[in-house]
Amino acid sequence: MAKLHVSTTINGEPQEFLCDADQSMLDVLRGPLGLTGAKEGCGTGDCGACTITLNGRIVCSCLMLAAEAEGQKIGTIEGMAGEDLHPLQQKFLESAALQCGICTPGVLMAARALLEKNPDPTEHEVRFWLAGNLCRCTGYDKIIRAVMETAAEMRAAR
Amino acid sequence: MDVHYVAPKTLDEAVRAFAAAAGTGRILAGGTDLLVQMRNGVVSPGTIVDIKKIGELTTIEETKEGGFRIGAAVSGAVLREHPKIRKVWPGVVEATNLIGSTQVQGRATPGGNLCNGSPAGDSVPAMVAAGAIVTIQGPNGRRELPVEKVPKGPGRLNLEPGEIVVSFTLPSRPKGSSDAYLRMIPRTEMDIAVVGCGVSLTIDNGTCTAARVGLGAVAPTVLLVEEAARALIGSKLDDAALAKAAAACSAACCPIDDKRGTIAYRTKVAGVLLKRTALIAAERAGGK
Amino acid sequence: MSTTGSTDTANDNKWIGKRTIRPDGADKVTGRAAYAADTTMPGMIWGKVLRSPHPHARIKSIDTSKAEAHPGVKAVMTAKDIVNFPIEKSVMLGIQDMRWMCRNVMAREKALFAGHPVAAVAATTEKIAAEACKLIEVEYEVLPFVIDVEEAMKPDAPILHDFIKYKDKPSNIAGTLEHKLGDVGEGFAKADVVIERSFRTQPVHQGYIEPHACLVSVSDGKATIWSSSQGQFMVRAMCAYLTGLPQNDIRAIPAEIGGGFGGKTIIYLEPLALILAKKSGRPVKMTMSRAEVFHASGPTSGSYSTVKLGATKDGKLVAAQGTFCLQAGALPGSPIRGAAGCAFAPYDIPNVHSFGYDVVSNRSKVAAYRAPGAPIGAYGVECVMDEMAEALKMDPLDFRLKNAAKQGTKAAHGPVYPRIGFVETIEAAKKHAHYTTPLPKARKGMLYGRGVASGFWFNAGGESSAQVNINEDGTVVVITGHPDIGGSRASTANITAELLGIDYKKVSVLIGDTSVIGFSNLTGGSRVTYASAMVVTHSTERVITQLRERAAKIWKIDPDAVVWENGEARPAGDNAGKFEPLSLGQIAAQASATGGPIGAGQQLNTTGAEGGFATHICDVEVDPDLGIVRVLRYTAFQDVGRAIHPSYVEGQIQGGAAQGIGWALSEEYIFNKEGKLDNPSFLDYRMPVSSDLPMLDSVILEIPNPKHPQGVRGVGEVPLVPPLAAVSNAIYDALGRRFYSLPMSPPKVLATMDMAAE
Repeated sequence: MAKLHVSTTINGEPQEFLCDADQSMLDVLRGPLGLTGAKEGCGTGDCGACTITLNGRIVCSCLMLAAEAEGQKIGTIEGMAGEDLHPLQQKFLESAALQCGICTPGVLMAARALLEKNPDPTEHEVRFWLAGNLCRCTGYDKIIRAVMETAAEMRAAR
Repeated sequence: MDVHYVAPKTLDEAVRAFAAAAGTGRILAGGTDLLVQMRNGVVSPGTIVDIKKIGELTTIEETKEGGFRIGAAVSGAVLREHPKIRKVWPGVVEATNLIGSTQVQGRATPGGNLCNGSPAGDSVPAMVAAGAIVTIQGPNGRRELPVEKVPKGPGRLNLEPGEIVVSFTLPSRPKGSSDAYLRMIPRTEMDIAVVGCGVSLTIDNGTCTAARVGLGAVAPTVLLVEEAARALIGSKLDDAALAKAAAACSAACCPIDDKRGTIAYRTKVAGVLLKRTALIAAERAGGK
Repeated sequence: MSTTGSTDTANDNKWIGKRTIRPDGADKVTGRAAYAADTTMPGMIWGKVLRSPHPHARIKSIDTSKAEAHPGVKAVMTAKDIVNFPIEKSVMLGIQDMRWMCRNVMAREKALFAGHPVAAVAATTEKIAAEACKLIEVEYEVLPFVIDVEEAMKPDAPILHDFIKYKDKPSNIAGTLEHKLGDVGEGFAKADVVIERSFRTQPVHQGYIEPHACLVSVSDGKATIWSSSQGQFMVRAMCAYLTGLPQNDIRAIPAEIGGGFGGKTIIYLEPLALILAKKSGRPVKMTMSRAEVFHASGPTSGSYSTVKLGATKDGKLVAAQGTFCLQAGALPGSPIRGAAGCAFAPYDIPNVHSFGYDVVSNRSKVAAYRAPGAPIGAYGVECVMDEMAEALKMDPLDFRLKNAAKQGTKAAHGPVYPRIGFVETIEAAKKHAHYTTPLPKARKGMLYGRGVASGFWFNAGGESSAQVNINEDGTVVVITGHPDIGGSRASTANITAELLGIDYKKVSVLIGDTSVIGFSNLTGGSRVTYASAMVVTHSTERVITQLRERAAKIWKIDPDAVVWENGEARPAGDNAGKFEPLSLGQIAAQASATGGPIGAGQQLNTTGAEGGFATHICDVEVDPDLGIVRVLRYTAFQDVGRAIHPSYVEGQIQGGAAQGIGWALSEEYIFNKEGKLDNPSFLDYRMPVSSDLPMLDSVILEIPNPKHPQGVRGVGEVPLVPPLAAVSNAIYDALGRRFYSLPMSPPKVLATMDMAAE
């Protein structure tokens, strides 16, 4: 059958694409749009590696139909850094909050959304906010610390 | 097979599209169950009806009677951000927000949770305890059902072909009322409930004057445990009353052994959770 | 907080031991890093695998004609397309036998587990490939199956392989391994206390977040493979064996790898994609779904083991006996060496008998998992150690200290230890605030406990290659042959910058593919930083010799009269002060005039890796009414020799501890009555999520390995060895009830407590 035509906004820029009615947003991002920063770790919403924002809220792009992007605002890891890295990205590098790096784009997207909502999260809040982002390498220690330290630095910088 | 996606702006259009698709139609609310089932090949819909463009299904409003009407496609995150509802129905809000990760909470809806038909859906026992009334619209018009009457069995609903769940109506609350929901999962997050327990109650002068208990994941459908409620009503939620209510919960269980828990475990835990949930609800109600 | 304690070494280094930013970091935080599933090629098509629904079935026939005729299908393959290695003759590649590999990547005579590949299709879209798989008609003769190791060892168990004989009878026992020291009979006779217990563990998956993926292009008979693996040379060699192509016609390019933990030390998809690409003339991409990863890759063995220890009243171990039965999965090769070899290795015991059984059953063939086998061995031994310490009324750390192996100890698995740092890990644990602080008992109704355990891993050397090139502007490119799984490029850059005396940022580190760098063995065995540091050091030293020669040439003096200091050539001896020092950049700029490009490579079969030891402390809170166990505090003490990059050393320790906590409490393979895995998803295969864990403190101890230029010991694997017992012993401390089976899941904990109450 004919593909659906979708007009959307990705990382602030207008974007159009064609998709099948049952195709996931993740497949369209990684396939025709070439935005492979979102990773498929499970395809069932259990790992968070494909985390993007939909109108500012984090979602698993594997659990969203591409057709649902019509008229909405999508954000991906590729849009996180401006001229400079986002403070979270910089902190993750400095504090070795990644090992293999496959979960990192999803973790960063989720962590940014947390700090936008709650600039002063407790360790407990960070751990539960990020519970949907599986990491098998780090034991989460350095990730949690990096998010907390970034939050403190961003608060101080305001 | 060809798949169609429609995102109607009115409920009538949605009902028409859903009815026209006959058996191959699927409602898309948050999609957090539907897309998983599509991927696993459990369902292959012919028409996907996205109901998130319909105002009535995506809003929360206060009713004339002082209760709330929650659109079936309102996400857990939106429910949590509502300034009033989380104070009046903290148990319903916390239950809906236990579904999946933060990512999933931004999408998953109470309507989807109910219509997925799983006895382990977290929002359902809380809705059952709350006495929520479900509004349903279909080709033959609109009707209402108590929430506990909607599930028929695992994955099966008491809905007619073409019917769509529109909203949940929570009643107004007398002073001294509150609710709570607890579930047992092996991890701290990201699991399906092994047992879930919702309690809604009213405390007047230290005595429980009204109570409802919903129990999940211990039977083919979520249970309204009236025997447990009776044990609580009239008591001061003392140990003896709680023990009696807990025993009623355990007695109401007819669970299965599966990868998530054993019959013995679920039966015991149902009682443990009842006690804990009732005490939280009572504390919130200001009575204990 | 994680702390770094340096015991023996002064740290006056500029880069070694510093927390530099990894060279590949920016790409990984911006989503630019290219993992195997991120790569595409013009004309690329998609491969899919048809898998057996039966755990055990003879394949009577396969008819692929309908699939081949399906529009969009470009190629179909079965085991007939793969080189057959007859079962009579072993062909080894490392620890893998090609007889088994050729049967593991695709079922040959029989399907041996539910999920075993039986055919594969390449088509223009993933959807068409999946549809075509359903059109393949396979006639199976369904056979009785056996899943669990104890069942598989019974005399009347269904036999997987007629050709495997044990004591002259067809058996599922595919192999045994034995370590003996002294005479255990005499040893136990001298013991005042003897404790013997049996233990069970379930198979657990490595759990890397990136599913297996590859892209293969074949052009003019030459194949190029992009894939996610722990060794591009392994990929090349195995594909060469299984497809019959010579190694020079295969170029294996290592993509960024999204976790492996041992599970990517073998191949699954690559030879299938290669054959499909060859048949179709199109590049073929294949990825596994998460369910396929669980059904058909990894995991590590489940086990049944018995451990017996004997000690004298004064707390000296006099005898130890262990029997470790490990599931190999469908084809032989379980890590009995790790289980039987590492189990007693931390202790100085005069009489040891350690025995391992390699047992096949109808589940996916096991793959290496972080210290393969060692956590299974240590689980039983360290639990009995705890019980023995209690019986002897000794502090469990004091009991370990009294029996700890040290320099000169003869281990049952063979070596006499050189300088090792086990004692230091116990002493550090004893005086650490974690151990000296009483257990906090925060919540009413909850029970609290503390446990300790130790562990050992062999570590490994082996083949590595490196090339260090000086660029025309004085910057440096280092190429090694090991996929970087957790920051090893940063360590390599630290070492190179240190030796050359230049800024870390002037060093780029790349992972070479099989056509640009010499043979390098797997990223595994905790060997990468160890071995690549050796070849990089040798290469860099040779580059420094060249730099001194070039400076000498410019100054027209003898090279021996030139020294290399702080990134500069300086005249020395009689010539000291006669010439202005020449920087690396200045020498590089004149390279053409002084003899051409500057660079050197080194290829070595490295030795001297020496064992690694750790001791862990774990605090738990147990909810006695629900059976839920939460880890509240965790501290790991490990001798790492020398931490080249402390952050990534800590990361290895923390990651290993987290995996161990998952193994102990929540992870397991659950099979249904039909012999099929019932929990092939991250939802029901419960790896720890961030809210399950506390901060994981790591205490780095640096007792340099005398056989390594920087003193490095392997780091990555030891951290998974102690946690199973550390958690178990902590739960005992909380409940007064010992557990002999993993995982200690809530239903099991509650059932055990109810049993105790009755």
